[in-house]
Amino acid sequence: MSAKLELDCPVPAGSYERIVLAHGAGGRLAERLVDEVFRRAFGGPELANGHDGASLVFEGPTALTTDGFTVRPLFFPGGDIGSLAIHGTVNDLVSCGAEPTHFTASFILEEGLLVTELERIARSMAAAAREAGLVLVAGDTKVVERGKGDGVYIAVTGLGRVRTREPLRPSRITPGDRVLLSGPVGDHGLAVVLAREALSVEAVIESDSASTWPLLAALLEAGVEPHCMRDPTRGGLATVLVELAEQAGVDLRVSERAIPVRPAVADACELLGLDPLYVACEGRLVIVVPEAQAQPALAALRAAPGGAEACLIGEVSHTTEGRSGRGRVLLDSGVGGARVLDRLAGEPIPRIC
Amino acid sequence: MRYVDEFRAPERIERAAAALRRAVTRPWVIMEICGGQTHAFARWGLGELLPAGLELVHGPGCPVCVTPEGIVEIARRIALEDGAVLATYGDMLRVPGTSGDLLAARASGADVRVVTSPLDALALARSMPERELVFFGVGFETTAPATASVVALAERLALPRFSVLAAHVRVPPAIEAILGDDEVRVQGFLAAGHVCTIEGTGEYHPIAAKHRVPLVVTGFEPLDLLEGLLRAVRQLEAGRHEVEIQYGRAVRAEGNPEARRAVDEVFEVVDAPWRGFGTVARGGLALRPAYERYDARVRFARRSLPIAEPNGCRAAEVLRGTLKPDRCPEFGVRCTPDAPLGAPMVSTEGACSAYHRFRPPVASGAQP
Repeated sequence: MSAKLELDCPVPAGSYERIVLAHGAGGRLAERLVDEVFRRAFGGPELANGHDGASLVFEGPTALTTDGFTVRPLFFPGGDIGSLAIHGTVNDLVSCGAEPTHFTASFILEEGLLVTELERIARSMAAAAREAGLVLVAGDTKVVERGKGDGVYIAVTGLGRVRTREPLRPSRITPGDRVLLSGPVGDHGLAVVLAREALSVEAVIESDSASTWPLLAALLEAGVEPHCMRDPTRGGLATVLVELAEQAGVDLRVSERAIPVRPAVADACELLGLDPLYVACEGRLVIVVPEAQAQPALAALRAAPGGAEACLIGEVSHTTEGRSGRGRVLLDSGVGGARVLDRLAGEPIPRIC
Repeated sequence: MRYVDEFRAPERIERAAAALRRAVTRPWVIMEICGGQTHAFARWGLGELLPAGLELVHGPGCPVCVTPEGIVEIARRIALEDGAVLATYGDMLRVPGTSGDLLAARASGADVRVVTSPLDALALARSMPERELVFFGVGFETTAPATASVVALAERLALPRFSVLAAHVRVPPAIEAILGDDEVRVQGFLAAGHVCTIEGTGEYHPIAAKHRVPLVVTGFEPLDLLEGLLRAVRQLEAGRHEVEIQYGRAVRAEGNPEARRAVDEVFEVVDAPWRGFGTVARGGLALRPAYERYDARVRFARRSLPIAEPNGCRAAEVLRGTLKPDRCPEFGVRCTPDAPLGAPMVSTEGACSAYHRFRPPVASGAQP
């Protein structure tokens, strides 16, 4: 059965409007769903083979990452679970200094999901993958009973070719290094929170969900060799900074005023009692570079897609002779005081007053 | 953002801090009543800007922190055992009841929803008319009008399965309770701006006169807090004890009469249990008998409070201002925001949580 033939097939998957348990049973209905939704959206020679898995050849250092996506609602301003699954995977690979190349995807579908919604998700996921330059090489679908899933969960494993000369890791962070941020924080988390029910805040905020590979590509092009990078997803920028400081055993000094937050995000956070520094991003990078490379890195980021608002937010503190840092992040509040940043505890929840 | 940015402007804050440093000629102890103020002091690192002689004591003003365990337990049982949908503010989900919090109840199958307004809870009730829905309403005078208005609205809409588990508390009686304590060291207060937006300042004049303490109704931005302190210090230095309004952009002496009427219609003032204080005379609000059918405790026959087990939490002393959060032996040891022993570590407005999240950079005697 060739993908080309299927493209012309006008019959919707199994002629069911909604996913039924049989779509996951491995029979003809399942095969048709794979053909008409996934092969049609993603294409590619490996999928067309119809094997149990993909055979790939790699040379040199390879990055591998895996992630599960469970966002609710499935569609939100600026993206959906499909594009998010790609961007999340890509950005984990980029944080390893890698250029994303391949991925596998496992879909857990909830009985009752509209097939048109699944098609929309698959198309959006395929478009995001094409744009980010990675190819789907294997996949799987399962169906769970109604009420046992949130429409669809996607588990993605991503592969990439490491493009930095040295592996990126916290242990390379050294006193004097500069901390860069590729753009404003909090957009994604706020967009999703506001798209959920029961929060009557009227604000137009779009997710920042995007591939950060163009940012790393621009840095490499400019000859910048970052010491470490992270994408500030769950727990937000604050949590990533604390993780980096603790894992590297250094202290960071960060200026709150230098951290860009869009006015609509800042306002919505004020209303909901959330701190934008703890709200998730899905298209941003925290980049630690040697001091001498800070300016060239900023210039390269600002010229790259998605990096126009990149900025310098802080530095790795010089500690007293013979003593390493204590893994702390000190945030200058901008009004003359400073505080120590902590990790996020539990879920970020809107406060009472 | 207007009405926010100008109150965070560094040069204005530096000027206010300098004026405060000049005004203080001897040691003073001032309590900020509201948890929102505690949070802002820590959040902006304002402790570093204060003169050495000025000591801040954190008050009981986080409604989440003073909600008794027993009421959380009632909420938990209504959600778990009576099968009602429980809608409440986000921070209530992590407050420990006598046998677990509402997040754990949700994991065990309870239908617990987060709302940011009682109106959202009412809308939820209308969207599922076949389910019992309970709004767990906590808060000071600030949130009581909203709870009152949905009870009145539910009456008008004749919603048969909507009820309210009310744990609303009143600030002035708590100030009286603090001042009546033998150990009290507090010489002046920053009163809670948003509470006074509703209630006005009428109840504060007798307190200021009787206990000879200045009470400055203060806002929540860095500049508000420094100005509130400056006004309180100037009164103390001059031997005055008056009620002043610093937060003039939101507070009028008479408060918000319409909101007060709404509260009065639905609620009556009662003696109420506060975590850390025991029963505070006239310290809470209960639904009037005419609205009894909207009272979840009546509806689900859960009037008596389960007894709390002692767990080493010294919230009582923290809420009274006689123990600094980081001097508690359990602080950061057995009690962290991830595993809170008591409510002040749960809410981001709680004094213990504020200390933990925004620890001052140098551990020293001078604390914010």
